[in-house]
Amino acid sequence: MFSGRPRAVFTVLLVLVVLAAVTPFLPEYVCILLIQALIFGILAMGLDLLLGYTGLPSLGQAAYFGVGAYAVAILTTRYEFGFFPTVVLAILLSAAVAAIFGLIAIRAKGVYFLMLTLALAMVVWGLAWRWTSLTDGDNGITGIPRPELGFDLNSYINLFYFILFVFILCLGALYVLVNSPFGRSLVGIREREERMQMLGYNVWLHKYLAFIFSGIFAGIAGVLWAYYKNFVTPDDLFIDVSVEALLMVALGGPATLVGATIGAGVIVFLRNYVSIYYSGWPYILGAMYIFTILYLPEGLMGIARRLRRRAETEKLDE
Amino acid sequence: MLQKKFKLFFYTAIVAPVAFCLALGTASKVEAQKEIRIGFLSPLTGGGAQLGRDSVNGLKMYLDEIGYDMAGLKVKIIVEDTELKPAVAVTKAEKLIRHDKVHMIVGGVMGSTGYALGALANREKKLYIASIPASDDLTQRKLSKWVLRTGWAGSQPGHPFGKWAYEQGHRKVVMIGADYAFGHENIAGFHRGFEDAGGKVIQKIWVPVMTTDFGPYLPLVKKDADAIYALMIAAMPGPFLKQFKASGLKMAILGGGVTADETVLPNMGDEALGVVTPLQYSAALDTPKNKAFVKKFRKLHKKVPSYFTESNYTTAKWIHEALKRVKGDLSNIDRFRQEFQKIEIDAVRGPVKMDKYLNPVHNIYIRKVERINGELWNTVVATYPNVSQFWTFDPKEFLKNPVYSRNFPPCNYCK
Amino acid sequence: MSFWIEQTFAGLSYGGLLFLLASGLSLIFGVMRIINMAHGSYFILGAYIGVTVQEVTGSWLLALLLASLAVAILGIFMHRFFLRVLGHGVAAELPQVMITVGFLFIIQQASIDIWGGDPMIVKVPSYLDWSMEIGGIFFPVYRIFMLVVACVMAVALWLGLEKTRAGAMVRASVDDSEMTRGLGINTERLSMAIFGLGAFLAGLGGVIGGGFIGVYPGLDFQILPLAFAVVIIGGLGTLRGAALGSLIVGLMDTFGKALFPELSYFTLFAPMAIVLAIKPTGLFGRA
Repeated sequence: MFSGRPRAVFTVLLVLVVLAAVTPFLPEYVCILLIQALIFGILAMGLDLLLGYTGLPSLGQAAYFGVGAYAVAILTTRYEFGFFPTVVLAILLSAAVAAIFGLIAIRAKGVYFLMLTLALAMVVWGLAWRWTSLTDGDNGITGIPRPELGFDLNSYINLFYFILFVFILCLGALYVLVNSPFGRSLVGIREREERMQMLGYNVWLHKYLAFIFSGIFAGIAGVLWAYYKNFVTPDDLFIDVSVEALLMVALGGPATLVGATIGAGVIVFLRNYVSIYYSGWPYILGAMYIFTILYLPEGLMGIARRLRRRAETEKLDE
Repeated sequence: MLQKKFKLFFYTAIVAPVAFCLALGTASKVEAQKEIRIGFLSPLTGGGAQLGRDSVNGLKMYLDEIGYDMAGLKVKIIVEDTELKPAVAVTKAEKLIRHDKVHMIVGGVMGSTGYALGALANREKKLYIASIPASDDLTQRKLSKWVLRTGWAGSQPGHPFGKWAYEQGHRKVVMIGADYAFGHENIAGFHRGFEDAGGKVIQKIWVPVMTTDFGPYLPLVKKDADAIYALMIAAMPGPFLKQFKASGLKMAILGGGVTADETVLPNMGDEALGVVTPLQYSAALDTPKNKAFVKKFRKLHKKVPSYFTESNYTTAKWIHEALKRVKGDLSNIDRFRQEFQKIEIDAVRGPVKMDKYLNPVHNIYIRKVERINGELWNTVVATYPNVSQFWTFDPKEFLKNPVYSRNFPPCNYCK
Repeated sequence: MSFWIEQTFAGLSYGGLLFLLASGLSLIFGVMRIINMAHGSYFILGAYIGVTVQEVTGSWLLALLLASLAVAILGIFMHRFFLRVLGHGVAAELPQVMITVGFLFIIQQASIDIWGGDPMIVKVPSYLDWSMEIGGIFFPVYRIFMLVVACVMAVALWLGLEKTRAGAMVRASVDDSEMTRGLGINTERLSMAIFGLGAFLAGLGGVIGGGFIGVYPGLDFQILPLAFAVVIIGGLGTLRGAALGSLIVGLMDTFGKALFPELSYFTLFAPMAIVLAIKPTGLFGRA
């Protein structure tokens, strides 16, 4: 894994550069979908940190996504906050909610952790839906303005570059995180929790911090979502958002970061592009998913990994 | 050997997506103009499927009549499913604008969808015609040159209906409705009209949209009311009326037009009899024009048309008239609006024209559900002609108040 | 006074419906340690198939029976050819849950393709379609029926678990599946049978619910959180837990909506989170 790292980093950077260069020439709609893929990529990568690296399956990422999105919605439309204060507050709020929920959730493991995070996310959804004096319930909040940053973010091309920039920052931050001693401890916890405990690691704290970090990234994704769509509804926090985040990680490949974004891309394009030509796209999604779980436990990125591993063993044979 | 294969894989993994995207680019190139592309948003699945179909069929019925030709332009309709969710409507609208490159967006159903599409239209600088969404403020305080309305404002029928209800002898009314913008605005219209005439609204109960189990809410209804006004949409009216009858409550049932419209009546039974609602249309409207309309629609689609049908049919006609006046040129939206405002149509619902805010002025019919020849119909029992969204109020005074909401007008007699 | 009676009755009867849905979910968890995310899909399939059977045969009773059986068969199919492939044990749990998610999407689309997108309703027979008046309060008989069916099923399940050999095997498997396997009991076949039973109950709940709330695309996603609330509060893997959980959730949901409309989902899910935080296995669950 480590020997392949420089090549992996290079490939990812190459793809990002190509993407940045090619996008102005792509059809408008594809560009919009790339924006969505990047936003959900951030959400999914945050989940990957928790699920792929730490082994904690969270079905509640929608909560922090929603908190981030609604914070932006309420602060910008009702109180006319500027961009930076809004973003800072929104992310702090997502982090705070994750910090509180983490205290409750980390005690559990496996399926119980799944259910607990789901329950907590449903609480947030319920509030978003029925606390109408705060969130306006079913109506959602419209009219969220694009950020005022000096250049016209109403142009979708500019918006794309802005979001790509944030994406790269997030990817970079996560990359540093997972390759740090902290990150490697997380993997250790995922593999052999008792041993890590015996070795003196504060397992609880590691899990807790991973939980908060993943909540922060979900919140960032929510912030971007609110600014991109200019419209937030309780549907944005519903259970299917959390479920899809899980799908994205599983499809792309857990513990690869980039895999989560690829998974996000696949799902966004299936839902919004393939659907134009084939209304039965959920069959493709479901089948792909089941196939991946049964035969590709390492997801799509696993295919590349397998080829690379085979290449390396062949090299050894030579 | 595998090293090469692996390299090949990786470079393919980069080139393939790029090539794919570029191919998409050429695929969605738009042909030369001589057509007008209209993006039509309607719920085709979920609780609103029936009314969504009525909407599409109404629109297409008019287009068939004119041979899909408006002012020399070929009309291309692209229909997208909103699932009765505003978030989905916005997503599909983006697809219509960016992928199909439509000239205008028409439709939507929910009031909340109307507001969301209005905001989108404003940002994208694309014409949006609200043929159904009754979001009051779209043509009141949230005016945009990109948005106009050919349907109705949610509170519009309630103003005269409140007066009528008082004249029938009702004095104390309980109100129950779907808890979102349209529910709030529709109920508020009646509230204002009724209390201005001297009546009292003694309770307001809000239920989440798409509630079908009214078990928790019916016991709350104050039993000393002499009528209940219910605003139920899509899949809600059937269960509501059934459960209302089962609960033993005996008061008169009034409601918003959608509570008893022609998309829900066919699935109802005796529980709907006697329900009185106001709307700008009824399939039972006794005019030659409407009778022909109903007959034709029935023949084509084996069901009685609803206001969803009529509204979209007339919208298509309106668009046609406007395009004729601007000679098919949509490049100047201000001019398009000016021309649109001047149009007067002898529509299926009766005579219609536009007010200054580009909301229709039309008749409001008070209708009562009756069984005629074994079928349920909305028999017209009273007509208020030329009702605008401002009723008898001065528009400027009206607009000084906040938009109708849960708490406005305030419920002074609710305890 | 009548307010409290009416609300309690509404809550109890709703709880009855939830019991049918959640008991299956709870049993499946007990034996397999997985959460069947497609359980809501079983519910709506039961309703949809019930509508079709009713249209074709005109019989409501046949609809109840055939729809539940059909869903049970689907459950067995899912287990035999997909879930079982992953084996058993902790490592298989998460992938199995995810497979049920895959099926959730497939079943959702299939129901739109087969039955169209319109809301539908199962026609309740006239002998159940009236209201009983007691002391000035009206009790819809269909709701009484829902409650009765739930009670009958609860008793039947309890008898099955406590008094039969198969039931003993199930209880052993819930307690300690390793040991049970060690005793030579084919836990895979047991899992399959329970999965089928759980699906049957969900399907039955669907047909019955179909006469009351109807069925429409999206109901599967809406009903799932309620089922989760029941099993989480009551306890995963226990019948008593499912029964108590259904009662609690039914009442809390009803009273929450009536008394605290703005917080109605909060009043439902917050207790769920609290129970999970204090006793993650639920009120009656075992680790």
